[in-house]
Amino acid sequence: MLLIKNGRLLDPASGTDAPRDVLLDGERIAAVAPPGQLAERASGAEIFDAVNLVVAPGFIDLHCHLREPGAESSETIETGTLAAARGGFTAVCPMPNTRPVNDNASVTRAILERAAEASGVRLWPIGAASAGSKGEALAEIAAMKGAGIVAVSDDGRPIATAKLLRQVMDYCRALELPVIDHCEDSSLFAGAVMREGKQSVRLGLRGMPAAAESLAVARDVQIAELTGCRLHIAHLSARASLDLVRAAKEKDLPVTCEVTPHHFTLTDEDVQYDTRYKMNPPLASREDRDALIAGLADGTVDAIATDHAPHEPALKDVEFDRAPFGVTGFETALALGLEVVHAGKLSLLRMVELLTLGPARVLGMKRRIAEGEPADLTVFSTEHAWTFRVEESASKSRNSPFDGRNFRGAPMATIVAGRIVYRRGLVTGDS
Amino acid sequence: MPVSYHFGHMLGIEPLRADEITFLLDQAKPFQEIQRHPLKKLATLRGKTVALAFFEPSTRTRISFATAAARLGADQMNLQAESSSLKKGESLLDTVWTLDAMKPDCFVMRHSASGAADFIARHLPVPVINAGDGTHEHPTQALLDALTIRDRRGTIEGLNVTILGDILHSRVARSNIHLLAKFGCRFTLSGPAMWLPRELECLGPAGTSIRRVSRIEEALEGAEVIITLRVQQERLNEPALPLDEYILQYQLTPERLRRARPDALVLHPGPMVRGLEIDPAVADGPQSCVLEQVTNGLAVRMALLFLLIGGGDASPAKDSAHAAD
Repeated sequence: MLLIKNGRLLDPASGTDAPRDVLLDGERIAAVAPPGQLAERASGAEIFDAVNLVVAPGFIDLHCHLREPGAESSETIETGTLAAARGGFTAVCPMPNTRPVNDNASVTRAILERAAEASGVRLWPIGAASAGSKGEALAEIAAMKGAGIVAVSDDGRPIATAKLLRQVMDYCRALELPVIDHCEDSSLFAGAVMREGKQSVRLGLRGMPAAAESLAVARDVQIAELTGCRLHIAHLSARASLDLVRAAKEKDLPVTCEVTPHHFTLTDEDVQYDTRYKMNPPLASREDRDALIAGLADGTVDAIATDHAPHEPALKDVEFDRAPFGVTGFETALALGLEVVHAGKLSLLRMVELLTLGPARVLGMKRRIAEGEPADLTVFSTEHAWTFRVEESASKSRNSPFDGRNFRGAPMATIVAGRIVYRRGLVTGDS
Repeated sequence: MPVSYHFGHMLGIEPLRADEITFLLDQAKPFQEIQRHPLKKLATLRGKTVALAFFEPSTRTRISFATAAARLGADQMNLQAESSSLKKGESLLDTVWTLDAMKPDCFVMRHSASGAADFIARHLPVPVINAGDGTHEHPTQALLDALTIRDRRGTIEGLNVTILGDILHSRVARSNIHLLAKFGCRFTLSGPAMWLPRELECLGPAGTSIRRVSRIEEALEGAEVIITLRVQQERLNEPALPLDEYILQYQLTPERLRRARPDALVLHPGPMVRGLEIDPAVADGPQSCVLEQVTNGLAVRMALLFLLIGGGDASPAKDSAHAAD
């Protein structure tokens, strides 16, 4: 048994924001009660003193790349989930763009077997929508569901045609799987390396207009309406896209979306020729960034997802045009969310929802702190001062634009199935 | 004038101050003289090595830098894209480090990726001169253009400058705008609308006057300097724009040139395609500066090499001994 006592419990499902002790027994939550009331039941239990800390449901990351199998020089399931644990994530959803692509049950099973040997963070894989993510035939979606996938996506690229998307969504509606799409009109994107705007013109880098994303969102929302299948928009970055999602929600369409910490923190003005600022979708305009923050607060956005995309240094240490898209994200996600909270633009409870209940709902799951629920919890500080240093990261890669950034607030413990898989304290660089 | 300037690299015009640019142009003057000498070779950089790393096809800029280095007495290491190992999968950084291991004193780099010079400069212990990076900057072109304009008009301050053509993809246009804007010039940009995005008005320091005008006749009204850009055939395909359409609307013809001031200068960075962006009568006319630009390119590049690797203290005029080798 593990007793987490003296913490401030934040549970978006019930709206609870109160001092509570939480008793974990095995893989389940045994009891939740006001401070001190569980002392008797918890006799002999290991004690975790969460004084001045927040106790939240376990964080879920809907969008990450763990690179295994196929690109283990950039990340492995072991190093990636270790970084996830340090970021407070109790479950992460790796995208299928591995080599080979996770488009059949044997790859799904292999990934889950590796995860079982790793850090203890839960892996909820996302399967490919089309075979090889080539945008032609459907992948073996039902078999992958049997093996454990929680959604499908051709992430890295959009689901190629409206016709294929319709087929995938028809099929997935019956399987009760959400379809996650990387929304991008490839002809309008064509060769872009950043968002089109003053900065792209100044730097002479090819830009993509926001419409390259929102055009595809419009297509997808209409196919969601046509099929009734759940649609989740990955890493949404433009105000126009957000407006389309908002309108879809007003019509009660099954449409959800996620925003990454780098998109709600940085803008295209931050792009120089530093490839750590190169990701897809690219950093948005200041106006769009502000709209994303408003969307986090007003409920249009369902989840904060990292799009953790490690690339080994040799791949990123090239000309801006040639560098692969992507930034790491697990270990800075909470702290970047807290920056928005500290700035007064987002409530703490809502931010917790975006990392817990929100992503759970996208997957058709529940997430709450109550007796009988899985003992997955994230304990974090809203005040702990620290500096993120890539050389101290658990990830194999170093491609973060937040290297050297000073933060206020950090994960203190990550608990999966009643077991503490990460506990802060041994990390250097803490103050 | 401040006593000394320190130029670590020459990556672009944008970060330079007006007084630094004036200093550079002044430094080029004695090197202009040298081009008129019967014996043009100095020993100033004898024993120094200039690495010419051209990762994109270039004739005039490469020859200009090579000649500038030769006339200063420097040795050269030449790398051209077609003979490079890039096609064998070597990264730019590895290629550049390989050259650097042969201990050049300076890198001159041309590359098709914007920011490439900036990127290698962060990794090299020696000065880097940007000889054109993608669609970003071409600083020595802007300096030689400014020198040409200053020689002809006596000043580069407060001029009405019209730039014609594919502004969006032009590193020459960017560097020229950055440079001349620091001297209070006003800009009129004209060309097909897809090459003329609104964001171009934000180039240059705050307060810079940059207008976009779609009709070339209107764009030329009152112009004192006209910079005609090369039409890059590869850009015409994307988006598809018929060549004849471009000629009809944007070719600089004698008739159109009459809209400008009678003494307006016509510049072209080359390579120039007669009959496409410019009418031969204009290219060869009295207002054309194209050959002076080429000669001034040598002077500017000699001055820059001298400043970056020659110590920069001695005036080249004092180095009267022409090398015999």
